[in-house]
Amino acid sequence: MWRQHALLQRFAPIVTVVAALVLIWYVAAVLMNLSLVRGGFEREEAPYTTMELLAGTMEAERPLLPAPHQVAVAFFDGVFGYAPNAPRSLVYHSAVTLSATLLGFMLGALLGVALALLIVHSRVLERSLLPWIICSQMVPILALAPIFIVVLGAIGLQGLLPKSLISAYLSFFPITIGMVKGFNAPEPMQLDLMRTWSATPRQVLTRVRWPTAMPYLFASLKVAITISLIGAIVAELPTGAEAGIGARLLAGSYYGQTVQIWAALVAAAVLASGLIALVGWAERAVGRRMGVRP
Amino acid sequence: MTAVNSSSRRVAVDVSNVSLTFNTTDGKVEALSDVSLQIAAGEFVSFIGPSGCGKTTMLRVIADLQQPTSGSLTVNGMTAEQARLARAYGYVFQAPALFPWRTIEANLKLPLQIMGYSEGDQSILAKRYLELVNLTGFERKFPWQLSGGMQQRVSIARALSFDPALLLMDEPFGALDEIVRDHLNEQMLKLWDKTGKTVLFVTHSIPEAVFLSSRIVVMSPRPGRIIDIIDCNFPRDRTVEIRETPEFLAIAQRVRTGLRAGHSYDE
Repeated sequence: MWRQHALLQRFAPIVTVVAALVLIWYVAAVLMNLSLVRGGFEREEAPYTTMELLAGTMEAERPLLPAPHQVAVAFFDGVFGYAPNAPRSLVYHSAVTLSATLLGFMLGALLGVALALLIVHSRVLERSLLPWIICSQMVPILALAPIFIVVLGAIGLQGLLPKSLISAYLSFFPITIGMVKGFNAPEPMQLDLMRTWSATPRQVLTRVRWPTAMPYLFASLKVAITISLIGAIVAELPTGAEAGIGARLLAGSYYGQTVQIWAALVAAAVLASGLIALVGWAERAVGRRMGVRP
Repeated sequence: MTAVNSSSRRVAVDVSNVSLTFNTTDGKVEALSDVSLQIAAGEFVSFIGPSGCGKTTMLRVIADLQQPTSGSLTVNGMTAEQARLARAYGYVFQAPALFPWRTIEANLKLPLQIMGYSEGDQSILAKRYLELVNLTGFERKFPWQLSGGMQQRVSIARALSFDPALLLMDEPFGALDEIVRDHLNEQMLKLWDKTGKTVLFVTHSIPEAVFLSSRIVVMSPRPGRIIDIIDCNFPRDRTVEIRETPEFLAIAQRVRTGLRAGHSYDE
Protein backbone atom coordinates (compact mmCIF):
# COMPACT_ATOMS: atom_id res chain seq x y z
CA MET A 1 0.00 0.00 0.00
CA TRP A 2 2.73 2.43 1.02
CA ARG A 3 4.49 1.60 -2.22
CA GLN A 4 1.61 2.89 -4.32
CA HIS A 5 1.56 5.92 -2.13
CA ALA A 6 5.23 6.58 -2.84
CA LEU A 7 4.64 6.20 -6.57
CA LEU A 8 1.71 8.55 -6.36
CA GLN A 9 3.82 11.07 -4.51
CA ARG A 10 6.51 10.85 -7.14
CA PHE A 11 4.38 11.01 -10.26
CA ALA A 12 1.37 13.07 -9.20
CA PRO A 13 3.05 16.43 -9.83
CA ILE A 14 4.29 15.37 -13.26
CA VAL A 15 0.92 13.96 -14.29
CA THR A 16 -0.83 17.11 -13.12
CA VAL A 17 1.42 19.37 -15.17
CA VAL A 18 1.12 17.17 -18.27
CA ALA A 19 -2.68 17.05 -17.92
CA ALA A 20 -2.85 20.84 -17.63
CA LEU A 21 -0.65 21.26 -20.72
CA VAL A 22 -2.73 18.82 -22.75
CA LEU A 23 -5.89 20.67 -21.74
CA ILE A 24 -4.42 24.00 -22.82
CA TRP A 25 -3.28 22.38 -26.04
CA TYR A 26 -6.80 21.11 -26.80
CA VAL A 27 -8.33 24.52 -26.17
CA ALA A 28 -5.70 26.13 -28.37
CA ALA A 29 -6.34 23.55 -31.12
CA VAL A 30 -10.03 24.37 -31.12
CA LEU A 31 -9.45 28.11 -31.22
CA MET A 32 -6.79 27.98 -33.94
CA ASN A 33 -8.49 25.52 -36.26
CA LEU A 34 -11.99 26.94 -35.90
CA SER A 35 -11.93 29.39 -38.80
CA LEU A 36 -10.19 26.83 -41.00
CA VAL A 37 -12.90 24.23 -40.41
CA ARG A 38 -15.70 26.79 -40.67
CA GLY A 39 -14.22 27.92 -43.99
CA GLY A 40 -14.31 24.33 -45.21
CA PHE A 41 -17.98 23.90 -44.35
CA GLU A 42 -18.90 27.21 -45.91
CA ARG A 43 -17.10 26.41 -49.17
CA GLU A 44 -19.15 23.26 -49.48
CA GLU A 45 -22.25 25.26 -48.52
CA ALA A 46 -23.21 22.43 -46.25
CA PRO A 47 -25.18 23.05 -43.05
CA TYR A 48 -23.22 22.34 -39.90
CA THR A 49 -23.79 22.24 -36.17
CA THR A 50 -21.53 23.54 -33.47
CA MET A 51 -20.72 19.96 -32.47
CA GLU A 52 -19.65 19.15 -36.02
CA LEU A 53 -17.54 22.26 -36.07
CA LEU A 54 -15.83 21.28 -32.83
CA ALA A 55 -15.32 17.72 -34.02
CA GLY A 56 -13.81 19.12 -37.21
CA THR A 57 -11.16 21.03 -35.30
CA MET A 58 -10.07 17.74 -33.75
CA GLU A 59 -9.55 15.84 -36.98
CA ALA A 60 -8.56 18.31 -39.67
CA GLU A 61 -6.16 16.87 -42.20
CA ARG A 62 -3.87 19.89 -42.28
CA PRO A 63 -4.71 21.77 -39.10
CA LEU A 64 -2.90 24.91 -38.01
CA LEU A 65 -2.39 23.20 -34.69
CA PRO A 66 -3.01 19.46 -34.57
CA ALA A 67 -4.83 18.15 -31.52
CA PRO A 68 -2.71 16.12 -29.08
CA HIS A 69 -4.34 12.82 -30.02
CA GLN A 70 -3.61 13.42 -33.70
CA VAL A 71 0.04 13.95 -32.88
CA ALA A 72 0.06 10.92 -30.61
CA VAL A 73 -1.50 8.72 -33.30
CA ALA A 74 0.92 10.00 -35.96
CA PHE A 75 3.85 9.47 -33.56
CA PHE A 76 2.91 5.92 -32.61
CA ASP A 77 2.06 5.11 -36.18
CA GLY A 78 5.45 6.47 -37.27
CA VAL A 79 7.25 4.48 -34.59
CA PHE A 80 5.38 1.18 -34.67
CA GLY A 81 3.42 1.28 -37.93
CA TYR A 82 6.34 0.69 -40.28
CA ALA A 83 9.38 -1.49 -40.49
CA PRO A 84 12.26 0.29 -38.72
CA ASN A 85 14.06 0.84 -42.03
CA ALA A 86 11.03 2.10 -43.98
CA PRO A 87 11.28 5.71 -45.26
CA ARG A 88 8.10 6.63 -43.36
CA SER A 89 9.28 5.17 -40.08
CA LEU A 90 10.16 7.65 -37.36
CA VAL A 91 12.54 5.06 -35.92
CA TYR A 92 14.49 5.18 -39.18
CA HIS A 93 14.67 8.97 -39.24
CA SER A 94 15.52 9.15 -35.53
CA ALA A 95 18.34 6.67 -36.02
CA VAL A 96 19.78 8.74 -38.85
CA THR A 97 19.72 11.89 -36.72
CA LEU A 98 20.92 10.03 -33.65
CA SER A 99 24.02 8.71 -35.38
CA ALA A 100 24.97 12.22 -36.51
CA THR A 101 24.20 13.53 -33.02
CA LEU A 102 26.33 10.98 -31.22
CA LEU A 103 29.29 11.32 -33.58
CA GLY A 104 29.05 15.11 -33.34
CA PHE A 105 28.72 14.95 -29.58
CA MET A 106 31.81 12.78 -29.26
CA LEU A 107 33.84 15.02 -31.55
CA GLY A 108 32.55 18.09 -29.70
CA ALA A 109 33.36 16.62 -26.30
CA LEU A 110 36.91 15.73 -27.35
CA LEU A 111 37.47 19.13 -28.94
CA GLY A 112 35.88 20.90 -25.97
CA VAL A 113 38.07 19.15 -23.39
CA ALA A 114 41.19 19.57 -25.53
CA LEU A 115 40.61 23.31 -25.90
CA ALA A 116 39.96 23.63 -22.17
CA LEU A 117 43.26 21.87 -21.45
CA LEU A 118 45.13 24.22 -23.76
CA ILE A 119 43.48 27.26 -22.23
CA VAL A 120 44.13 26.15 -18.64
CA HIS A 121 47.79 25.41 -19.31
CA SER A 122 48.71 28.52 -21.20
CA ARG A 123 47.86 32.11 -20.50
CA VAL A 124 48.87 32.99 -24.07
CA LEU A 125 46.48 30.45 -25.53
CA GLU A 126 43.73 31.66 -23.23
CA ARG A 127 44.13 35.16 -24.63
CA SER A 128 44.42 34.04 -28.23
CA LEU A 129 41.87 31.22 -28.32
CA LEU A 130 39.03 32.32 -26.09
CA PRO A 131 37.84 35.31 -28.16
CA TRP A 132 37.65 33.11 -31.27
CA ILE A 133 35.80 30.42 -29.40
CA ILE A 134 33.24 32.92 -28.22
CA CYS A 135 33.01 34.48 -31.71
CA SER A 136 32.33 31.06 -33.19
CA GLN A 137 29.13 30.84 -31.23
CA MET A 138 27.86 34.30 -32.15
CA VAL A 139 27.24 33.42 -35.80
CA PRO A 140 23.80 31.87 -36.22
CA ILE A 141 24.19 28.22 -37.11
CA LEU A 142 21.34 28.46 -39.62
CA ALA A 143 23.53 30.78 -41.66
CA LEU A 144 26.65 28.72 -41.20
CA ALA A 145 25.23 25.28 -41.84
CA PRO A 146 24.70 25.64 -45.62
CA ILE A 147 28.25 27.01 -46.00
CA PHE A 148 29.62 24.05 -44.07
CA ILE A 149 27.67 21.61 -46.19
CA VAL A 150 28.68 23.20 -49.48
CA VAL A 151 32.36 23.55 -48.58
CA LEU A 152 32.60 20.03 -47.19
CA GLY A 153 30.63 18.69 -50.15
CA ALA A 154 33.14 20.34 -52.51
CA ILE A 155 35.97 18.34 -50.91
CA GLY A 156 33.96 15.17 -51.17
CA LEU A 157 32.50 14.92 -47.67
CA GLN A 158 28.85 14.03 -47.64
CA GLY A 159 26.26 12.36 -45.46
CA LEU A 160 27.04 11.69 -41.82
CA LEU A 161 30.28 13.59 -41.35
CA PRO A 162 29.21 17.14 -42.37
CA LYS A 163 26.16 16.86 -40.10
CA SER A 164 28.33 15.63 -37.25
CA LEU A 165 30.77 18.47 -37.76
CA ILE A 166 28.00 21.05 -37.46
CA SER A 167 26.79 19.25 -34.38
CA ALA A 168 30.32 19.24 -32.93
CA TYR A 169 30.76 22.91 -33.83
CA LEU A 170 27.85 23.75 -31.56
CA SER A 171 28.46 21.29 -28.75
CA PHE A 172 32.15 21.84 -27.99
CA PHE A 173 31.45 25.31 -26.64
CA PRO A 174 29.66 24.56 -23.35
CA ILE A 175 32.20 21.82 -22.69
CA THR A 176 35.17 24.15 -23.17
CA ILE A 177 33.65 26.81 -20.93
CA GLY A 178 32.63 24.25 -18.29
CA MET A 179 35.95 22.44 -18.26
CA VAL A 180 38.05 25.61 -18.06
CA LYS A 181 36.10 26.35 -14.92
CA GLY A 182 36.38 22.75 -13.73
CA PHE A 183 40.12 22.42 -14.30
CA ASN A 184 40.61 25.60 -12.28
CA ALA A 185 38.31 24.44 -9.47
CA PRO A 186 40.79 22.62 -7.16
CA GLU A 187 41.35 24.36 -3.86
CA PRO A 188 44.69 26.21 -3.57
CA MET A 189 45.50 23.98 -0.60
CA GLN A 190 45.15 20.83 -2.70
CA LEU A 191 47.46 22.30 -5.33
CA ASP A 192 49.93 23.37 -2.61
CA LEU A 193 49.92 19.80 -1.31
CA MET A 194 50.75 18.46 -4.76
CA ARG A 195 53.60 20.96 -4.88
CA THR A 196 55.00 19.81 -1.53
CA TRP A 197 55.11 16.30 -3.00
CA SER A 198 56.80 17.82 -6.09
CA ALA A 199 54.19 16.31 -8.38
CA THR A 200 54.61 16.80 -12.12
CA PRO A 201 52.07 18.97 -14.01
CA ARG A 202 50.77 15.79 -15.58
CA GLN A 203 50.17 14.22 -12.16
CA VAL A 204 48.42 17.39 -10.99
CA LEU A 205 46.18 17.15 -14.04
CA THR A 206 45.27 13.49 -13.73
CA ARG A 207 45.11 13.24 -9.94
CA VAL A 208 43.56 16.58 -8.99
CA ARG A 209 42.33 18.78 -11.82
CA TRP A 210 40.57 16.04 -13.78
CA PRO A 211 38.62 14.52 -10.84
CA THR A 212 37.72 17.98 -9.55
CA ALA A 213 36.33 18.87 -12.97
CA MET A 214 33.98 15.86 -13.12
CA PRO A 215 30.80 17.63 -11.92
CA TYR A 216 31.52 20.46 -14.36
CA LEU A 217 32.05 17.93 -17.14
CA PHE A 218 28.68 16.29 -16.64
CA ALA A 219 26.82 19.57 -16.31
CA SER A 220 28.28 20.73 -19.61
CA LEU A 221 27.76 17.34 -21.28
CA LYS A 222 24.05 17.60 -20.54
CA VAL A 223 23.90 20.97 -22.26
CA ALA A 224 26.13 19.79 -25.08
CA ILE A 225 24.19 16.67 -25.95
CA THR A 226 20.93 18.52 -26.52
CA ILE A 227 22.79 21.12 -28.56
CA SER A 228 24.34 18.28 -30.56
CA LEU A 229 20.86 17.05 -31.41
CA ILE A 230 19.75 20.51 -32.47
CA GLY A 231 22.91 20.84 -34.56
CA ALA A 232 22.25 17.56 -36.33
CA ILE A 233 18.63 18.50 -37.07
CA VAL A 234 19.60 21.95 -38.33
CA ALA A 235 22.27 20.37 -40.52
CA GLU A 236 19.60 18.23 -42.16
CA LEU A 237 17.61 21.25 -43.29
CA PRO A 238 19.79 22.95 -45.94
CA THR A 239 20.90 19.69 -47.55
CA GLY A 240 17.35 18.75 -48.36
CA ALA A 241 18.41 15.56 -46.72
CA GLU A 242 16.23 12.62 -47.50
CA ALA A 243 16.49 11.12 -44.08
CA GLY A 244 16.56 12.36 -40.51
CA ILE A 245 14.26 14.26 -38.20
CA GLY A 246 15.27 17.51 -39.88
CA ALA A 247 14.29 16.08 -43.26
CA ARG A 248 10.92 15.05 -41.83
CA LEU A 249 10.37 18.58 -40.53
CA LEU A 250 11.31 20.07 -43.89
CA ALA A 251 9.13 17.69 -45.89
CA GLY A 252 6.24 18.31 -43.51
CA SER A 253 6.45 22.05 -43.97
CA TYR A 254 6.73 21.74 -47.79
CA TYR A 255 3.48 19.86 -47.97
CA GLY A 256 1.70 21.53 -45.05
CA GLN A 257 1.67 18.25 -43.14
CA THR A 258 1.52 19.82 -39.72
CA VAL A 259 0.73 16.54 -38.01
CA GLN A 260 3.90 15.05 -39.47
CA ILE A 261 5.94 18.04 -38.27
CA TRP A 262 4.58 17.65 -34.78
CA ALA A 263 5.20 13.93 -34.73
CA ALA A 264 8.81 14.58 -35.78
CA LEU A 265 9.11 17.19 -33.02
CA VAL A 266 7.87 14.67 -30.48
CA ALA A 267 10.43 12.20 -31.77
CA ALA A 268 13.16 14.83 -31.31
CA ALA A 269 11.94 15.53 -27.78
CA VAL A 270 11.91 11.84 -26.89
CA LEU A 271 15.40 11.48 -28.33
CA ALA A 272 16.66 14.50 -26.35
CA SER A 273 15.25 13.28 -23.05
CA GLY A 274 16.71 9.84 -23.68
CA LEU A 275 20.14 11.35 -24.34
CA ILE A 276 20.01 13.54 -21.24
CA ALA A 277 18.90 10.55 -19.18
CA LEU A 278 21.89 8.65 -20.53
CA VAL A 279 24.31 11.38 -19.47
CA GLY A 280 22.57 11.56 -16.09
CA TRP A 281 22.96 7.84 -15.65
CA ALA A 282 26.68 8.04 -16.50
CA GLU A 283 27.00 10.91 -14.04
CA ARG A 284 25.47 8.87 -11.22
CA ALA A 285 27.65 5.86 -12.06
CA VAL A 286 30.81 8.00 -11.95
CA GLY A 287 29.54 9.76 -8.82
CA ARG A 288 29.11 6.47 -6.99
CA ARG A 289 32.67 5.48 -7.80
CA MET A 290 33.94 8.85 -6.64
CA GLY A 291 32.15 8.61 -3.31
CA VAL A 292 29.72 11.45 -3.91
CA ARG A 293 27.63 12.07 -0.84
CA PRO A 294 24.22 10.51 -1.49
CA MET B 1 69.61 33.54 18.58
CA THR B 2 70.97 30.13 17.64
CA ALA B 3 69.64 26.95 19.14
CA VAL B 4 71.11 25.92 22.45
CA ASN B 5 72.31 22.58 21.25
CA SER B 6 72.72 23.22 17.55
CA SER B 7 76.44 22.61 17.81
CA SER B 8 75.96 19.08 19.05
CA ARG B 9 73.17 18.10 16.63
CA ARG B 10 72.65 18.32 12.89
CA VAL B 11 70.93 21.52 11.74
CA ALA B 12 67.61 20.69 10.08
CA VAL B 13 66.49 24.18 9.14
CA ASP B 14 68.71 27.22 8.94
CA VAL B 15 67.02 30.54 8.27
CA SER B 16 69.21 33.61 8.02
CA ASN B 17 68.08 37.20 7.50
CA VAL B 18 65.01 36.20 5.56
CA SER B 19 62.61 38.96 4.55
CA LEU B 20 59.49 38.69 2.45
CA THR B 21 57.40 41.56 1.17
CA PHE B 22 54.03 41.03 -0.48
CA ASN B 23 52.84 43.49 -3.10
CA THR B 24 49.14 43.81 -2.45
CA THR B 25 46.59 46.24 -3.85
CA ASP B 26 46.89 48.19 -0.59
CA GLY B 27 50.62 48.56 -1.05
CA LYS B 28 53.53 46.60 0.34
CA VAL B 29 53.11 44.31 3.31
CA GLU B 30 56.21 43.13 5.13
CA ALA B 31 55.26 39.58 6.06
CA LEU B 32 58.72 38.66 7.31
CA SER B 33 61.38 41.13 8.34
CA ASP B 34 64.98 39.95 8.75
CA VAL B 35 64.16 36.66 10.43
CA SER B 36 66.98 34.33 11.52
CA LEU B 37 66.55 30.98 13.20
CA GLN B 38 68.30 27.65 13.46
CA ILE B 39 66.46 24.45 14.18
CA ALA B 40 68.29 21.26 15.08
CA ALA B 41 67.16 17.83 13.92
CA GLY B 42 64.66 16.25 16.30
CA GLU B 43 63.40 19.52 17.77
CA PHE B 44 59.73 20.40 18.18
CA VAL B 45 59.51 24.10 17.50
CA SER B 46 56.27 26.06 17.82
CA PHE B 47 55.63 29.39 16.16
CA ILE B 48 53.12 31.49 18.01
CA GLY B 49 51.77 34.95 17.42
CA PRO B 50 48.67 36.89 16.40
CA SER B 51 47.26 36.71 12.88
CA GLY B 52 49.43 38.39 10.29
CA CYS B 53 52.68 37.91 12.21
CA GLY B 54 54.13 35.84 9.39
CA LYS B 55 54.22 32.45 11.11
CA THR B 56 52.39 30.71 8.28
CA THR B 57 54.49 32.60 5.73
CA MET B 58 57.59 31.39 7.57
CA LEU B 59 56.44 27.79 7.16
CA ARG B 60 55.56 28.34 3.51
CA VAL B 61 58.98 29.83 2.82
CA ILE B 62 60.67 26.83 4.41
CA ALA B 63 58.40 24.58 2.30
CA ASP B 64 59.30 26.49 -0.89
CA LEU B 65 55.65 27.36 -1.41
CA GLN B 66 56.74 30.99 -1.29
CA GLN B 67 60.06 32.61 -2.16
CA PRO B 68 61.72 35.09 0.20
CA THR B 69 62.47 38.56 -1.09
CA SER B 70 65.92 38.47 0.50
CA GLY B 71 67.99 36.32 2.83
CA SER B 72 68.85 32.67 2.59
CA LEU B 73 67.72 29.41 4.08
CA THR B 74 68.71 25.79 3.98
CA VAL B 75 66.62 22.72 4.75
CA ASN B 76 68.64 19.60 5.56
CA GLY B 77 71.63 21.35 4.06
CA MET B 78 69.86 21.98 0.74
CA THR B 79 68.07 25.01 -0.65
CA ALA B 80 64.33 25.06 0.03
CA GLU B 81 63.61 24.13 -3.58
CA GLN B 82 66.03 21.21 -3.58
CA ALA B 83 64.52 20.03 -0.31
CA ARG B 84 61.03 20.18 -1.77
CA LEU B 85 62.09 18.30 -4.88
CA ALA B 86 63.77 15.72 -2.65
CA ARG B 87 60.50 15.39 -0.71
CA ALA B 88 62.27 16.27 2.50
CA TYR B 89 59.19 17.34 4.44
CA GLY B 90 55.53 16.54 5.04
CA TYR B 91 53.12 19.46 5.23
CA VAL B 92 49.90 19.53 7.24
CA PHE B 93 47.49 22.39 6.60
CA GLN B 94 44.92 23.92 8.90
CA ALA B 95 42.18 22.10 6.99
CA PRO B 96 42.59 18.37 6.34
CA ALA B 97 42.68 19.04 2.54
CA LEU B 98 41.70 15.46 1.78
CA PHE B 99 40.63 14.65 -1.75
CA PRO B 100 36.88 13.99 -1.46
CA TRP B 101 36.70 11.52 -4.35
CA ARG B 102 39.30 9.24 -2.80
CA THR B 103 38.76 6.80 0.03
CA ILE B 104 40.79 7.29 3.19
CA GLU B 105 43.21 4.63 2.06
CA ALA B 106 43.49 6.14 -1.42
CA ASN B 107 44.09 9.55 0.15
CA LEU B 108 46.97 8.13 2.13
CA LYS B 109 48.35 6.47 -0.95
CA LEU B 110 48.27 9.61 -3.11
CA PRO B 111 51.71 10.99 -2.17
CA LEU B 112 53.12 7.47 -2.41
CA GLN B 113 51.66 7.03 -5.89
CA ILE B 114 53.09 10.38 -6.96
CA MET B 115 56.49 9.42 -5.59
CA GLY B 116 56.41 6.12 -7.46
CA TYR B 117 56.18 3.62 -4.58
CA SER B 118 55.20 0.11 -5.63
CA GLU B 119 51.61 -1.06 -5.10
CA GLY B 120 52.74 -3.40 -2.35
CA ASP B 121 54.65 -0.70 -0.46
CA GLN B 122 51.71 1.68 -0.80
CA SER B 123 49.41 -0.81 0.90
CA ILE B 124 51.87 -1.61 3.67
CA LEU B 125 52.58 2.07 4.40
CA ALA B 126 48.90 3.07 4.25
CA LYS B 127 48.06 0.34 6.72
CA ARG B 128 50.96 1.22 9.03
CA TYR B 129 50.22 4.94 9.20
CA LEU B 130 46.48 4.54 9.57
CA GLU B 131 47.27 2.32 12.53
CA LEU B 132 49.61 4.98 13.89
CA VAL B 133 46.77 7.55 14.02
CA ASN B 134 44.27 4.95 15.28
CA LEU B 135 42.14 4.83 12.15
CA THR B 136 42.40 1.17 11.22
CA GLY B 137 39.08 0.04 9.79
CA PHE B 138 38.31 3.31 8.00
CA GLU B 139 40.22 2.44 4.81
CA ARG B 140 37.15 2.21 2.57
CA LYS B 141 35.37 5.26 3.95
CA PHE B 142 35.21 8.54 2.10
CA PRO B 143 36.36 11.74 3.85
CA TRP B 144 32.85 13.11 4.43
CA GLN B 145 32.05 10.02 6.49
CA LEU B 146 34.71 11.00 9.07
CA SER B 147 34.62 13.68 11.76
CA GLY B 148 36.87 16.74 11.50
CA GLY B 149 39.34 15.36 14.04
CA MET B 150 39.56 12.04 12.22
CA GLN B 151 40.08 13.80 8.89
CA GLN B 152 42.92 15.81 10.38
CA ARG B 153 44.51 12.61 11.70
CA VAL B 154 44.33 11.19 8.16
CA SER B 155 46.11 14.25 6.83
CA ILE B 156 48.82 13.84 9.50
CA ALA B 157 49.21 10.17 8.59
CA ARG B 158 49.43 11.20 4.95
CA ALA B 159 52.20 13.69 5.72
CA LEU B 160 54.11 11.00 7.61
CA SER B 161 53.50 8.19 5.13
CA PHE B 162 56.60 8.76 3.02
CA ASP B 163 58.72 9.15 6.15
CA PRO B 164 60.05 12.70 5.74
CA ALA B 165 62.53 13.78 8.41
CA LEU B 166 60.80 17.13 8.73
CA LEU B 167 57.14 17.82 9.52
CA LEU B 168 55.67 21.27 8.84
CA MET B 169 52.32 21.81 10.53
CA ASP B 170 50.26 24.95 9.99
CA GLU B 171 47.71 25.20 12.81
CA PRO B 172 46.69 21.58 12.27
CA PHE B 173 44.32 21.55 15.23
CA GLY B 174 43.07 25.13 14.91
CA ALA B 175 39.62 24.20 13.66
CA LEU B 176 38.97 21.47 16.25
CA ASP B 177 37.24 21.68 19.60
CA GLU B 178 39.15 21.77 22.88
CA ILE B 179 38.63 18.11 23.83
CA VAL B 180 39.63 16.66 20.47
CA ARG B 181 42.53 19.06 20.44
CA ASP B 182 43.87 17.90 23.81
CA HIS B 183 43.60 14.34 22.68
CA LEU B 184 45.43 15.00 19.41
CA ASN B 185 48.09 17.00 21.27
CA GLU B 186 48.90 13.97 23.36
CA GLN B 187 48.95 11.73 20.31
CA MET B 188 51.15 14.23 18.50
CA LEU B 189 53.62 14.16 21.35
CA LYS B 190 53.77 10.37 21.34
CA LEU B 191 54.27 10.42 17.61
CA TRP B 192 57.14 12.87 17.89
CA ASP B 193 58.72 10.78 20.62
CA LYS B 194 58.32 7.58 18.60
CA THR B 195 59.52 8.88 15.24
CA GLY B 196 62.14 11.40 16.32
CA LYS B 197 61.11 13.79 13.54
CA THR B 198 61.81 17.48 13.44
CA VAL B 199 58.50 19.31 13.81
CA LEU B 200 57.74 22.92 12.97
CA PHE B 201 54.36 23.75 14.39
CA VAL B 202 52.32 26.94 13.91
CA THR B 203 49.67 27.66 16.50
CA HIS B 204 47.48 30.33 18.04
CA SER B 205 47.23 28.59 21.36
CA ILE B 206 49.65 29.25 24.22
CA PRO B 207 48.89 26.02 26.16
CA GLU B 208 49.28 23.99 22.98
CA ALA B 209 52.64 25.60 22.21
CA VAL B 210 54.00 25.18 25.73
CA PHE B 211 52.71 21.63 26.02
CA LEU B 212 54.12 20.35 22.73
CA SER B 213 57.34 22.21 22.10
CA SER B 214 60.95 21.92 22.92
CA ARG B 215 61.26 25.52 21.78
CA ILE B 216 58.74 28.31 21.28
CA VAL B 217 59.26 31.10 18.80
CA VAL B 218 57.14 34.14 19.62
CA MET B 219 56.39 36.39 16.65
CA SER B 220 54.73 39.75 16.19
CA PRO B 221 53.08 41.38 13.19
CA ARG B 222 53.73 44.33 10.90
CA PRO B 223 56.46 43.66 10.13
CA GLY B 224 56.52 39.94 10.93
CA ARG B 225 59.52 39.22 13.13
CA ILE B 226 60.75 37.07 15.99
CA ILE B 227 60.54 38.77 19.37
CA ASP B 228 61.40 35.91 21.71
CA ILE B 229 62.63 32.33 21.64
CA ILE B 230 61.84 30.28 24.72
CA ASP B 231 63.35 26.92 25.63
CA CYS B 232 60.81 24.55 26.99
CA ASN B 233 62.17 21.17 27.92
CA PHE B 234 59.58 19.13 29.73
CA PRO B 235 60.17 15.38 29.80
CA ARG B 236 59.13 13.69 26.57
CA ASP B 237 56.53 11.50 28.26
CA ARG B 238 54.59 14.47 29.64
CA THR B 239 50.80 14.36 29.94
CA VAL B 240 48.23 17.15 29.91
CA GLU B 241 48.43 17.27 33.73
CA ILE B 242 51.70 19.23 33.55
CA ARG B 243 49.64 22.21 32.51
CA GLU B 244 48.90 22.80 36.17
CA THR B 245 52.56 22.84 37.24
CA PRO B 246 54.29 26.13 38.11
CA GLU B 247 57.02 25.52 35.51
CA PHE B 248 54.43 25.22 32.79
CA LEU B 249 52.58 28.33 33.93
CA ALA B 250 55.82 30.29 34.13
CA ILE B 251 56.64 29.54 30.50
CA ALA B 252 53.08 30.26 29.42
CA GLN B 253 53.35 33.59 31.23
CA ARG B 254 56.57 34.44 29.39
CA VAL B 255 54.95 33.60 26.04
CA ARG B 256 51.98 35.77 26.91
CA THR B 257 54.24 38.67 27.90
CA GLY B 258 56.07 38.35 24.61
CA LEU B 259 52.82 38.37 22.64
CA ARG B 260 51.64 41.46 24.50
CA ALA B 261 54.89 43.27 23.87
CA GLY B 262 54.53 42.52 20.18
CA HIS B 263 51.02 43.84 20.16
CA SER B 264 51.83 47.12 21.91
CA TYR B 265 53.42 48.39 18.68
CA ASP B 266 49.99 48.54 17.14
CA GLU B 267 47.79 50.04 19.75
